[in-house]
Amino acid sequence: MTEMGHGRLTEEERREIAAEIAGSEYPRAAASDALKIVQRHRGWVGGEIVEVAAMLGMAPAELESVATWYSLIFREPVGRHVILICDSVSCWITGYRALLDHLTGRLGIGLGGTTADARFTLLPVACLGACEQAPAMMVDEDLHGDLTPEKIDAILEQYP
Amino acid sequence: MTRDELKKIGEAEQERIRKYRHQVHVCMASGCHALRSDKVRTGLQAEAKKQGREGEVLVKRVGCLGLCSRGPLVLEDQSRIHTGVAPEEAGTLLRSLGEPEAAGGEPLPLDHPFFKGQRKIVMEHSGAIDPERIEEYIAVGGYEQMLAAIIDMAPEAVIDQVTRSGLRGRGGAGYPTGLKWSTVAKAGGGDKYVICNADEGDPGAFMDRSVMESTPHQLIEGMIIAGYAVGANHGVIYVRAEYPLAIARLEKAIGQAEKMGLLGRNIGATRFSFDLQLRYGAGAFVTGEETALIASVEGRRGTPRSRPPYPAERGLWGRPTLINNVETLANVVPILKNGGDWYAGIGAEKSRGTKVFALVGRVNNVGLIEVPLGITLREIIEGPGGGIPGGRKFKAVQTGGPSGGCIPEASLDLPVDYESLVQAGSIMGSGGMIVMDETSCMVDVAKYFMQFCMSESCGKCIPCRVGTVQMHHLLEKMTTGSATGRDLEMLEELCDLARHASLCGLGQSAPNPVLSTLRYFRDEYLAHIDEKRCPAGVCTMGAGG
Repeated sequence: MTEMGHGRLTEEERREIAAEIAGSEYPRAAASDALKIVQRHRGWVGGEIVEVAAMLGMAPAELESVATWYSLIFREPVGRHVILICDSVSCWITGYRALLDHLTGRLGIGLGGTTADARFTLLPVACLGACEQAPAMMVDEDLHGDLTPEKIDAILEQYP
Repeated sequence: MTRDELKKIGEAEQERIRKYRHQVHVCMASGCHALRSDKVRTGLQAEAKKQGREGEVLVKRVGCLGLCSRGPLVLEDQSRIHTGVAPEEAGTLLRSLGEPEAAGGEPLPLDHPFFKGQRKIVMEHSGAIDPERIEEYIAVGGYEQMLAAIIDMAPEAVIDQVTRSGLRGRGGAGYPTGLKWSTVAKAGGGDKYVICNADEGDPGAFMDRSVMESTPHQLIEGMIIAGYAVGANHGVIYVRAEYPLAIARLEKAIGQAEKMGLLGRNIGATRFSFDLQLRYGAGAFVTGEETALIASVEGRRGTPRSRPPYPAERGLWGRPTLINNVETLANVVPILKNGGDWYAGIGAEKSRGTKVFALVGRVNNVGLIEVPLGITLREIIEGPGGGIPGGRKFKAVQTGGPSGGCIPEASLDLPVDYESLVQAGSIMGSGGMIVMDETSCMVDVAKYFMQFCMSESCGKCIPCRVGTVQMHHLLEKMTTGSATGRDLEMLEELCDLARHASLCGLGQSAPNPVLSTLRYFRDEYLAHIDEKRCPAGVCTMGAGG
């Protein structure tokens, strides 16, 4: 079961979601944008999905099926920073596995895990389209390429 | 915005740029951006100021210069490219402008093999203009074709040019673009839509990302023209969330075009109106399939449905919808500018024009290239690609992403066109070209792609949902040394089943990487199975399974 946290939408969230809906031809077209608004404010989407669904004129289960479809909409708590490590073919043939071992060893978590201090969540991503600098990863919205274990250590320091 | 007003903006911009004696273009597409080319740019600007040359040296942000693996890249006066420039080298670089002896980074002449042999149509303005200034796009003739089309041409005449060009869908399937447009144009009246599929997800591909980051207005102009041609007043660009820089540039470009009246109501004082919305993916590969993409835009779970009806008849909100990929739409403006016949004169018999490829993997020059179709794989890899590094031996090139296949050395003289690649067991796909040398294991590569399809399968149909898991399991056994001959037979049976019984392209083509490696590298499979040996030394045999 998905963990239910949080509670009610804030006024600000409601306002932003309402603006998305107003700019859409049909309310439900704003579904993934609405979920992302909540995620931007809280890091992940919790129990407030019920209220979001009501705003979109959707059944909560229906919106849940949208939310769980996308790997970048989080229905569980994530760390302050999300690391997306690219496991695409270019990264695969340029040393992805050794980097993954390094990251999991250093953070003490596996793919999908969050560090105990809630600093990092580590997730795989199908392709960052950064093959020219494979192996690559993205931390929050920053792209980092030509990775080595040493470089990864230095990059992690930039994200307190 | 009238044509005269547009012309004035373009001329004023040309005048602004002409004042400078030197132009220094700093690549600010994702590749160089991640290598902190922004610091190179601010360094150059500060240095120009320090040297008192602000009036003669224009330092500007541009899109992709192509040779991504050697960034940060700086183009000097259309004469040479400085590669691997560090911010501290700004001073020396500026002092060497126009001098016979270049300094700052490693300078390359523009007749370097990477640039020679390329033909730029889609990427003509990439690296030449600032993607964040609409005025620069207008200065190179931007939006002229759009205004000319909606003011002077009948929609049928626009479609006719596209049909004559022989352009085929650049997203991978290669469906004739003109035919798709005329189907949507003929579909009943009322609201219609144009969707740009910018959900580029093929592993190893980043052509569309580059177009959006480098020349967003060229894409927008192509979409407005497409809307006019098929009778649609609404456009949607569906872009993947993994491309934050492309999203930011598109948002900015749409805002600029709206402000100038190039998007919105009564464009060019005509009766034609066209609005454009951005929609974002959130990490789901199969959503790039057109029916899945429409579901996602409608706020539903992004799974495919069976066709027919095709989106051309029943697409977004049940209305006729034209879906084209980024590169396809970016070809529209040059086609209208030079004529369909001109475009048809480039490339190969049934594959006209040029194609942008992302050349990656074990090749010396990793980056984006645009070449005429019909060129051979060898010409690409040994020309712009610069061959294989480290004196190692070429083994295979993978095209078409998870729906494609691996092409061996013996087929390197194959012309790159839609039909030849299919005959060789691969597909054109969206343009990823992954070069592998002897250090890559073909069974391992096949396993990689199967794992990709397995995790991206939406689960709606059984052949794909269950088939990919089982095929992956068999490949896992092979790469860990616990497979038998029977496993190979089962793998081939499952490939056949998934290919014929899956609902959408993802499952139907999931076996391709296995089948093509089996076709050309069966020995490697047999070595894994019969001798428990990985010839490339990649797989850890006896590791379980």
